[in-house]
Amino acid sequence: MEVALNWYLALGALLFTIGTLGVLFKRNAIVLLMSIELMLNAVNLTLVAFSQFMGDADGQILVLFSIAVAAAEAAVGLAIVIAIFRGKSTVDITEINLFKH
Amino acid sequence: MASPFLFFLLAALAIVASIGMLVARSPVSSALWLVLTMFSLSGIYLTLNATFIGVIQILVYAGAIMVLFLFVIMLLNLSALPQLGDLDGTKILGFILGVAILAQLLYVLALGFDLPIAPVTPAMAAEGGDAGTLGKALFTRYALHLEIAGILLLAATIGAVMLAQRRFQ
Repeated sequence: MEVALNWYLALGALLFTIGTLGVLFKRNAIVLLMSIELMLNAVNLTLVAFSQFMGDADGQILVLFSIAVAAAEAAVGLAIVIAIFRGKSTVDITEINLFKH
Repeated sequence: MASPFLFFLLAALAIVASIGMLVARSPVSSALWLVLTMFSLSGIYLTLNATFIGVIQILVYAGAIMVLFLFVIMLLNLSALPQLGDLDGTKILGFILGVAILAQLLYVLALGFDLPIAPVTPAMAAEGGDAGTLGKALFTRYALHLEIAGILLLAATIGAVMLAQRRFQ
């Protein structure tokens, strides 16, 4: 017996939702970025599952580019967090309000 | 494509680890839970016969990105912020929103779709996830895209160094 495509997609949906909840609930900017990484991973899983079940390698090429973009996003995001921490000494997103004033 | 037992074990591990990331108090334990999620996802890629993506997942996500996160946590010397504490209206609204997204996604899955799924044999699937197949496509048809991704990574590196030196008031 083989695992059906729907199980992979359901796992992707579940992980995406957990990532969304992390973005909505967490106050630490670093954990927020980690939740975004989890959401990207869930989408990657969906892409790889479709690619393998439909016999088309292009989906996996897209996943490779998505991983490259995720790496760039993590680097820039963490640099912004460091820059904010140097000025405000906090990574609490409820206290970061640069655009408010 | 693989034994169902292995898939469900890894899927349960991934879900438990990501929930662990959600409820962990300190950012370090959140990061370590996320590393476990990355590893089980890599195993799931292997059950899909996507061997190259599975290895890249460990190398890039668990190896590079999560180490970057842990380094930043270490540099900033953070204390655990109070989180998931007081249950105010925003939190309840957020939870309802998350459950609504999940229900929507699972509803679409339960409807079932009419995709022309090709009958892929295990040998074809193993070839599709092979480094040789992906590399051939990446360096011929997608060569320009690969160059652009390289420039993006260079720009991100320079941008990250420039940003980390700055000080926002």
